[in-house]
Amino acid sequence: MTRRQKAESLAALAFLAPNVAGFLVFTLLPVLGAFLLAFTNWDLFRPPRWVGLFNFVSLLGWHYDEYAGRTVMNDPFFWKYVYNTVFLMTAIPVGIAGSLICALLMNQKLRGITVFRTIYFLPTVCSGVAILILWKWLYNNDIGLFNTLIRQFGDWIGVPLQGPNWLGSTEWAKPSLMLMGLWTGLGGFNMILYLAALQGVPREQYEAAAMDGASAWQTFWAVTWPGISPTTFFILIMSVIGGFQGGFMTANVMTEGGPAGSTTTIEYYIYNVAFTRFLMGYASAIAWVLFLVILAITLLTWRFGGRKVTYV
Amino acid sequence: MSDRTRSVRKTALWKAALTYLVLGLGAVTMLVPFYWMVLTSLQPPEMAFSMGQIRWIPERIVWQNYPEAWKAIDIPRLYWNSIVVAVLGTLGQVLTSSLAAFAFARLEFPGRDRLFFAYLATMMVPGSVTMIPNFVLLRWLGWIDTYQALIIPGMFSAYGTFLLRQFFMGLPTELEDAAKIDGSSYAGIWARVTLPLSRPALATLTTFTFMGFWGAYMWPLIIVQSPELRTLPIGLASFVGRYSAEYSLWMAASVIALIPVLLLFIFNQRYFQEGIKMSGIKG
Repeated sequence: MTRRQKAESLAALAFLAPNVAGFLVFTLLPVLGAFLLAFTNWDLFRPPRWVGLFNFVSLLGWHYDEYAGRTVMNDPFFWKYVYNTVFLMTAIPVGIAGSLICALLMNQKLRGITVFRTIYFLPTVCSGVAILILWKWLYNNDIGLFNTLIRQFGDWIGVPLQGPNWLGSTEWAKPSLMLMGLWTGLGGFNMILYLAALQGVPREQYEAAAMDGASAWQTFWAVTWPGISPTTFFILIMSVIGGFQGGFMTANVMTEGGPAGSTTTIEYYIYNVAFTRFLMGYASAIAWVLFLVILAITLLTWRFGGRKVTYV
Repeated sequence: MSDRTRSVRKTALWKAALTYLVLGLGAVTMLVPFYWMVLTSLQPPEMAFSMGQIRWIPERIVWQNYPEAWKAIDIPRLYWNSIVVAVLGTLGQVLTSSLAAFAFARLEFPGRDRLFFAYLATMMVPGSVTMIPNFVLLRWLGWIDTYQALIIPGMFSAYGTFLLRQFFMGLPTELEDAAKIDGSSYAGIWARVTLPLSRPALATLTTFTFMGFWGAYMWPLIIVQSPELRTLPIGLASFVGRYSAEYSLWMAASVIALIPVLLLFIFNQRYFQEGIKMSGIKG
């Protein structure tokens, strides 16, 4: 290494130091800490006790239940919440398709289109506790906007109609949250990403398609869709990663995970295990399992999806 | 005008009309909940219950919910906490990110790309993994119920570093080379050349980070116990817990909470959209 190179490396060290230090203390150290905690039993007050793989067996294992006469999971709640989390994630493809349709509509040279873009982006900007409180009010069973509209529509056509008890029923709670999520996210990040991607598809390809006499439908599948596939892939991976970690704020503010645990997600479960039941070791084990699942899914999608994606 | 151009024009007109119709319906769907929020907030509390018949234009408007909500949850205190946390946290994050990004984009050092890749990989770590050890760490430091607990752990972001690095890489090097010839240090180049040229990227990161701190929910909920240190989202949520059916008050408080976000959005709209594009395309 020359003196110049050495000086440059030293400068780099100085530039990196604040961020790397913070990263070591608040990310790397905690990740390792959580890994160690996952093998302990700890209530924050008495010293932690090493329990080996006990937490993982409690979480993922099963046993024969003599009463029921069948094999049951050691922690059936966890599997229920995994189901809830995955159920909520089925809204992801619908949301992606919706965002793409919005982007296609807005990707035209029409007057006033930026006004629409702003309006569609509003729910995303405002998303947070205030919006959740608003939707809790909209979903009110007796006097919320939705059920009032349904009742009025019933009066109008002369049939008594009663809307579902949105957040209050086990069948409707998850779809209600999904509907709210679609409203919040439709014109948000994904739509802006798609708009940028659509503008990046080479014009010549559209001209060639027009020359060949392709219909709008054919052009979409032959030119647009392959052209934006890297963006679709990016959005899908990010949504899946986000989906596995989602549902804390909605559960905490709107439903308390209920009714009957039907809106409790893995994330909300981890929080409750850690901070209302004070099982720090068990919560860390769940968090690490979640981490590994996210890691595996990301790598798998990368392996298989990455190849199919067309890079223009 | 030939028949052909006329028919082409006609189709274009139909297409535009249909686009406006669909987008218009969508826009109404996006706006109605907001309108309902403001409308409810302007009704006397007892009216919220008699809304069985929807009146889109209210018969009368009352403002009393706003001062009442303002008093009930100590809005000035919540605002102050949120502002302190969001402003300091954002400053810290933009500063550390821009320093690190400069090293990754402009300096040569052994292991640079490997370290950068490790940074990217940490974006996959779920918040719930680091949450418990961070809580334990801050408890050990005696930071529970302090501003620094709300600010400092959120100041180091791989995302911000990534975003700025991508932008720095795209900047022309001529100005930096000129500064180097003039004998400027790396710190001088960073401060006087790179940062001034990167205003759009910095504005974008600032906007996003600010929004992130402003809306943060889980971490403040864990780390703050006394009401004096609550941020706006926490105060708002606990308010809804205490006043379980005061819908007019809920909505007034929500409107009050949304105003700064809306202002930020209106004045920075460009940076929102640019930022999203930057994070997606070049990634």
